[in-house]
Amino acid sequence: MANKQTGNFKLETRNVELWYNKFQALKGISLGIREHHVTAFIGPSGCGKSTLLRCFNRMNDRVDDCRITGEFLIDGKDIYDPKVDVVHLRSNIGMVFQKPNPFPKSIFENVAYAPRIHGVVKNIADMNNLVEESLIKAGLWEEVKDKLQQPGTALSGGQQQRLCIARAIAMRPGVILMDEPCSALDPLATAKIEELIDELKGTFTIVIVTHNMQQAARVSDHTAFFYLGNLIEMNDTHTIFTAPGKQQTEDYITGRFG
Amino acid sequence: MNETFKLDENLLRKRYRAEKRFHAYGIIAIGLALAFILFFFIDVLSKGIPGFQTVQVQVEVDYSQVVADGNYRRVVQKDLVHIASRGWMRTVPMQLRNHPEMIGTKETIWVPAAFRVNQYIKGNEGHGLEQKYQALADELYKQGTIRKAIDWHFFTRGDSKLPEIAGVGASLVGSLVVMFITMILAVPIGVVTAVYLEEFSPDNMLTRTVEVNINNLAAIPSILFGLLGLAIFINFFGVPRSSALAGGMTLALMTLPIIIISTRAALRSVPNSIREGAFGVGASGLQVVWHHVLPLALPGILTGSIIGLAQALGETAPLLIVGMMAFIPEAPLSIYQASTVLPAQIYTWSSDSIRAFGELTAAGVIVLLTIMLMLNGLAIWLRQHTSRTW
Repeated sequence: MANKQTGNFKLETRNVELWYNKFQALKGISLGIREHHVTAFIGPSGCGKSTLLRCFNRMNDRVDDCRITGEFLIDGKDIYDPKVDVVHLRSNIGMVFQKPNPFPKSIFENVAYAPRIHGVVKNIADMNNLVEESLIKAGLWEEVKDKLQQPGTALSGGQQQRLCIARAIAMRPGVILMDEPCSALDPLATAKIEELIDELKGTFTIVIVTHNMQQAARVSDHTAFFYLGNLIEMNDTHTIFTAPGKQQTEDYITGRFG
Repeated sequence: MNETFKLDENLLRKRYRAEKRFHAYGIIAIGLALAFILFFFIDVLSKGIPGFQTVQVQVEVDYSQVVADGNYRRVVQKDLVHIASRGWMRTVPMQLRNHPEMIGTKETIWVPAAFRVNQYIKGNEGHGLEQKYQALADELYKQGTIRKAIDWHFFTRGDSKLPEIAGVGASLVGSLVVMFITMILAVPIGVVTAVYLEEFSPDNMLTRTVEVNINNLAAIPSILFGLLGLAIFINFFGVPRSSALAGGMTLALMTLPIIIISTRAALRSVPNSIREGAFGVGASGLQVVWHHVLPLALPGILTGSIIGLAQALGETAPLLIVGMMAFIPEAPLSIYQASTVLPAQIYTWSSDSIRAFGELTAAGVIVLLTIMLMLNGLAIWLRQHTSRTW
């Protein structure tokens, strides 16, 4: 549908339909997500934006009666191909959740967990470097470098969320999916995360679901507006917020519904 | 409409009274519960503590050839034959057969007194000691050749028809063996079942049916598990009757649903965000469970398992059916041998007509209660020392 971008996409969906049992949550979604850009999904609750996000790393596989048709491509390859190993796929796509959910282990262990189970680091020195690098990129290193062995759950909410980001980028994924990453944080912590997203897009492709339209306007390069399972409009963030092409989009961003 | 509502004084007083009344009901209920517990403990302790005390008589033992040939009454002086325990005297010929070098020697030792003397010296009603021996016992007690002592052998001896030499030793060993068999069967099977049902199985008719049935199993009368054990393990698989194996497997059947239910509750209490975080970094289903969910659920699993095992330890009804309620004086040497368990031993004693067994019954209850309290204490300790916050 209304997707005006052209060129090569990091992520692409083609005519995606998704049902939870008999309820159709996504209706013919086709869109493309640019590499090294931040793409925001906005829309009222229940519009399907989180559902779509969770298809990119196949988190919906865990839902028993979820049925998906259409194509999801990452670097042109089908994510739902039976030959794709879902564990390998998820290790290449980081995810940050709504509520900070560090593992109840040490800060170090939180970041080191994924590299360890995937065997990407061979010795302790490399692991130490990787953990440091990830924490630096997540803007948390200065705050935690002296207490890496303390539990990650003892940090503040904003720090926990940055720890989750460090955990997600430790595997150096191509894509980071963020599902309302700031909705449980105070304004200061939110500002830090937004700054961080801006820095990270140089290295990663970021897709962020948000309820907060100011946030979408601040951090994203492209914005997709969803309503009742349909992709209403997708465009440059600037265009969406200044000259939306559809009446529904304009109504939503001006606060007339949603 | 700017007038404020008037406070209804009557209603307010009524509400205060109702709250006070409720408070009083609570205090009364707690008070009653405490009173019952206190009464129970005082009753059991006052009856049971004398059970740990034995009465001993000092005798000069004559290991003569006549005794070795089987005339055990000749082992003590003639006048002490009715004072010393007949049960002890009967063990001497056997002892001499095993140690022939002792024949012809003499020694002076303390031996258990006959149970009638025991009860008489302790001053219990209905001791049943004949008049002529009462005087003798009094005399010996005054001389100091009859004494009261703590009966350490109570914990090592097996059952006997003579209360002065009956003990909980054999049934303690039996209980330990049965508990061990129950534990190694029920805990792994129960935990794996719960993990599969909770974390891996799809939510469909079949798994829902299984779930409902497991919940129902936890509620059926335990004696039915005894019948099941009898039918399957003893009659079909030919496990020896009365054996610790038959008892352990039967109790494992009974404990399984409890462990499954408590493990599932523990797994369900692990927040889903932990699973999502782990799946999100590409952990496999097994890794998610093994690295993240089980460590967090461990305190609950351990507590549930120990509570289930403690319940099995105190269980009597199903063991009645698989034949562990018989008179079995020896501790089992293997899991196929006939053995008895603590609650069964207590039940056997409680139905005996000899009064001295009453003391032993209460003493056995104290031993059982002590083990129960220790297991519960262990559960609490493990809960506190394995729990992690998130």
